[in-house]
Formats: sequence, C-alpha cells, structure tokens
Amino acid sequence: MIYRETGVHHTTYRTDMALFRVPLARWSVAGLLVVAVVIPFFATDYWFSAILIPFLTFTIATLGLNLMTGYAGQVSLGHAAFIAVGGYTATILLIYDIPFLAAVVLGGLMAALVGLVFGIPSARIKGLYLAMATLAAQFVLPWAISRVVPLVVPTGLAVAGGDTVYPPRPNLFGLEIDSLFERYFVSLAILVVMTVFAMNLVRTRVGRAWVAIRDHDVAAKILGVNITHYKLLAFAIGSFYAGVSGALMVFFYYGVAHVGEFNLDLSLKLLGAIIIGGLGSIIGSFFGTAFIILLPIFLNISLTFLGNAAGFQVSSGIIAGIENIVFGALVVVLLIVEPLGLAKFWQNVKDYFRLWPFSY
Amino acid sequence: MAILEARDVHIAFGGVQALQGVDLTLNEGEILAVIGPNGAGKTTLMNCISGWYKPDKGRILLEGRDITGLPADKVAAAGIGRTFQNTAIFHGLTVLENIMVGAHLWMRSNFLSCMLYWNLAQKEEIEVREFAEEIIDFLEIEHIRRTPAGALPMGLRRRVELGRALAMRPKVLLLDEPMAGLNVEEKEDMARFVLDVNEEWGLPVILIEHDMGVVMDISDRVMVLDYGRKIAEGTPDEVRQNPKVINAYLGVQSEAV
Ligand SMILES: Nc1ncnc2c1ncn2[C@@H]1O[C@H](COP(=O)(O)OP(=O)(O)OP(=O)(O)O)[C@@H](O)[C@H]1O
Ligand SMILES: [Mg+2]
Repeated sequence: MIYRETGVHHTTYRTDMALFRVPLARWSVAGLLVVAVVIPFFATDYWFSAILIPFLTFTIATLGLNLMTGYAGQVSLGHAAFIAVGGYTATILLIYDIPFLAAVVLGGLMAALVGLVFGIPSARIKGLYLAMATLAAQFVLPWAISRVVPLVVPTGLAVAGGDTVYPPRPNLFGLEIDSLFERYFVSLAILVVMTVFAMNLVRTRVGRAWVAIRDHDVAAKILGVNITHYKLLAFAIGSFYAGVSGALMVFFYYGVAHVGEFNLDLSLKLLGAIIIGGLGSIIGSFFGTAFIILLPIFLNISLTFLGNAAGFQVSSGIIAGIENIVFGALVVVLLIVEPLGLAKFWQNVKDYFRLWPFSY
Repeated sequence: MAILEARDVHIAFGGVQALQGVDLTLNEGEILAVIGPNGAGKTTLMNCISGWYKPDKGRILLEGRDITGLPADKVAAAGIGRTFQNTAIFHGLTVLENIMVGAHLWMRSNFLSCMLYWNLAQKEEIEVREFAEEIIDFLEIEHIRRTPAGALPMGLRRRVELGRALAMRPKVLLLDEPMAGLNVEEKEDMARFVLDVNEEWGLPVILIEHDMGVVMDISDRVMVLDYGRKIAEGTPDEVRQNPKVINAYLGVQSEAV
C-alpha cells in the first residue's frame, strides 16, 4: 500500500473527501481484501485458530479501544470486561434462539450500555483518575457475570460453577457456521464493516470532536463541543466494539464463554496493542493486534530454536516471562520515542513513496 | 447599538479581586480594544464573557439576552467566538480539521449518520468543507491545509485559531492577544485580517492587545483595565491623553525597573 499522490488532482471536494483519496490507496485496499480472501485457501488449521481468527476478532476490540482512548483520549482499563459482557450476552441470546447476527449486535449494545454507565465518571475526572475508575469495571463486571449468568442459563448448559457457558452452534440465514473456514469469513465480513464504520466516525464531525477533547478540552468546550456528551459517546461506541468482538471471540475463537479469559491482563494487552500500533490510528489497531498475536508465536519459535541449538530445553514459563518483558519494554519505548506507534513508521514509508518519483 | 454588554462584573480568586464592577459595551460593527497592564483582568473578563468563569456578581448580555452562567458550550452556541492568549489549537488535527471543529456547533449530523457517512452527514461534511476552504483562502493558509496543527509555528497557529473561531459563525469575536509572539510582518498580516473580518464580515471584535501601535491603528474605541477596574474608555486619542492611563502604565514601568 503505497499512496502515490503525484498526478492526482481532485476537482470536487466530494472526491477529495472520499474514504480513500488516492487511486493507489483504493487499489491497495482492494489488494489487501483479495489477500484476505485468498489466505484461508492455503491456511492450515493452526494458522486459523492461532493467528487468523484471533486477529480478526481481537482487531474489532482494539478498534473500539482506539476510538475511545486513542481518539477521544479516555483511557480505559476495563475493555476486557466490556468484551465479556458482549460475549456472555450474545451466548445467552443464542441459547434462547435469537438469530446469530442479532445476538452479536445485541451483545454489542449491552456492552455499550454497560460501558456508558462506567463512563459516567469521565464527566468529572480524567487521565489517571479515570483509568482507575474504569478499573472498577474490570473487577465488578466479572463478579457480576459470575453471579447473574447461572441464573439465566438453563441448567445443564453451564459448567464450572455456572459461569462457563458453551454457546450453541451459530447459524447465518439457516447455514451453520462451523468450520474454521466459515468462522474466518464471517469474522472477516464483520471486521470489514466495523472498520468502515470506524473510519467514517473519525473523519467526520464526531471524530473531530473526540480529538478536540483529547487535545484541548477547554478549547473544545469554548468552541461549543458538548464534552460530556462526546465522552459518553466514546465510551458507548468503544464498548459496542468490545461487545461485538466478545461475541465473535466466544463463538469462533474460544468456543466457550469463560469469564476468566476476560481479565485485567487482556485489558492491559489491548491497551498495549494500541500504543504499539498507534494511538489515534485505524490501521494502527490492525498493526497492534497483529503484534500481540504474533509476538508470543515468534518468541516461542525463535527461543525454542535457540534453546535447541544451545542444547537445552526452554520452558514455556520462561517464554511467557520474556514475552511480558519484551511487550512491556516496547510499550515504554514507543511511548517515549514514538507515541504514534507503528502506524507512524508506516506513515513515514508512505510519505516517502507518496510523491514518488518526484519526491522533492 | 450594543450587541454585547457586561454589567458590573465581579469575580475573585481566593483573596485576589480579579474584576471589581467592570462594565463593557461592544457596539454593532466596531472594534473595541481592551488594554491594561499584566494581571489587570483582561483575560479574566473574556473568560467571564465566554462562560468559562461564572462571575460572582454581574450580568453578561448578548443582543439583550442574558447569558450569564450558561455553560461555555452554550455560550458558544449563542454566538460568542474566541481565540486564546496561549494558543489552544488541536495538535493532532490538521489545519483543515481544526477549522472544521469550529463549525461543529452548527452542524447537525449525529453519530449514526456520521458512522454510515450517509445522506445528511456526507452532504453536511462537504458543505462545511467548502465553507472551511473559504476561510482558508481568506487567511492565506492553503499550503498548510493538511499539515497537523501541532507542527506549525506560532504565527500560523494564531491564524488557524482565528480561522477556527470564524468557522463558528459567531455574532461577536473575542481575540485575546492575537499578535503576541509574532514578528512585525506577521503582526501586520494579523492586523489586516482583523480589520477585514470586521469590515467585510461586519463582525464586532473585542481585541486584547499590548502593542499600542496596533491598538491605536485599528480600534474604534479603547477600554482600559487596571487592577480589575475600568479606569478609562474612549477613542484611542482620548485614552492616550488620559492621565490615569499614563499613570497606570508608568506605574508598571517604574515597578518593573
Ligand atoms: N483561574 C484563576 N485562579 C486564580 N487566579 C486567577 C485565575 N485567573 C486569573 N487569576 C488572577 O486574576 C488576575 C487577572 O489575571 P488575567 O489573566 O485576567 O490578567 P490579564 O489582564 O489577562 O494579564 P496579561 O496581560 O498578563 O494576560 C491575576 O492576578 C491572576 O493571577
Ligand atoms: Mg491575559
């Protein structure tokens, strides 16, 4: 995806304001979509379940977190809890024979509602204090879920004290979504729609208001932006994305709604992903998610290889420890040297080629 | 005809009486300069007018309507646009986007239509883009329209802030030291923009400024604050002759020495 701008002149604001302004950008997005459609024909089961499906489903969550934190500046440490709300809601709805798509959307809406409630403190506090308030979601919601879920799930469907629930097999317009292949395509389609929505939000009135609040809330208010309204909107929409991704994670990735998966660790990972990928960048959410999914796989392969070469066994505990160190160090380094994350490096490459061959 | 009035405005911060019974009248179509030594209360008066501070006592009237105590975003919607002494642009937005934020308050599309970029949202975005381009042309900043505002030098930041305030389509414009930190050439440009805004758009302006040359040149009337009180008001010439004003300024100078 290299955006060559040379020779491209827009004669109307309409085309100048299109989602992809430069023909080459349109072509590269089309190319990327083709790759996304072709990959599954070559992918092994391992690729699907360890890389592709988690990438598609988690990216929806990082997109939402980036809207909230990267664009609107509302730091959230409770994203995993909102993911859990979406995942459980959708699972329970599916059990009660609500159609798949409706269950996913309603899961998102339930998460949005809950996110909205936990966003209320943002009207009064910001920064570190707000982060602490959202941490409450991370403690309260899993507890609430483990209390409420056993009450609404018919006995026999829930295991392990009642808060681990297996969803029935979802089906789309009468067709079961079962194979990894099918799960991949359904997740891909939903991710594409959610991405277009996010891109539209950030390039219009709402996105500008969010960034204005993030960059200078006093000026935003004096320019007539209703700060509280847009902060709450950021919480609701960010949590909606979390909820939708939660539904897809449960149906297609984990295969089970288990509250233990949606812990603080996941919230921090997602926050790290958008910092590494790029705060306030849509494509950065993709980079960041790819990073958190590929890093452990990469470390696992390379450390095992090195260990074998040196003649000793590298335990999985050591690998996990090293993963945390690398991840934490990268977050810190990027926050200091390049707060715009991987997306900024990408931008630099693009800028170099944008005016190519006349780069003066 | 008065478009904006402040009546008997009082405000204190802890023990500091920042404003003590200040009256201000801005007439249709005029440029009113507000001057005074550092700490006189000029910015505080603007903050009271734009709803950022709530006066302890007194009223603010816009076209006769009482706007005292309204939240700042409602005051903006009522028709008061302003710029800031310590520029307050949105760093992460481009120049074009900064100016389009100015139009936020009169835009109508909600988050759903924005998300879908449907009908109303798309039409409105294009309309506002055209409007923003007119402002960009007027301020001669076409070449930086896609530059992130955070990367701009002070002179251009002040211009972008003026553009953003104009995009609000305000009834009254408050400019808090729009020439501070600019070089001579940039000051001249800014003075020309302020005059053009006032003459071509018919917009009444309150201008806070320390540079007496600029004040004498472009303002219709001058009002002088000192220690939170109005000590003089009149045409630039009258104010310049006023012994109280001379005293206030000399006093500051002798203190500074
Ligand atoms: N939020 C605040 N809290 C405490 N004191 C304040 C506050 N705002 C203003 N003041 C005080 O009010 C007085 C007037 O300040 P103001 O900023 O209005 O002065 P000014 O005339 O704009 O000066 P300058 O020319 O330096 O900009 C000062 O003593 C200032 O310290
Ligand atoms: Mg001031």
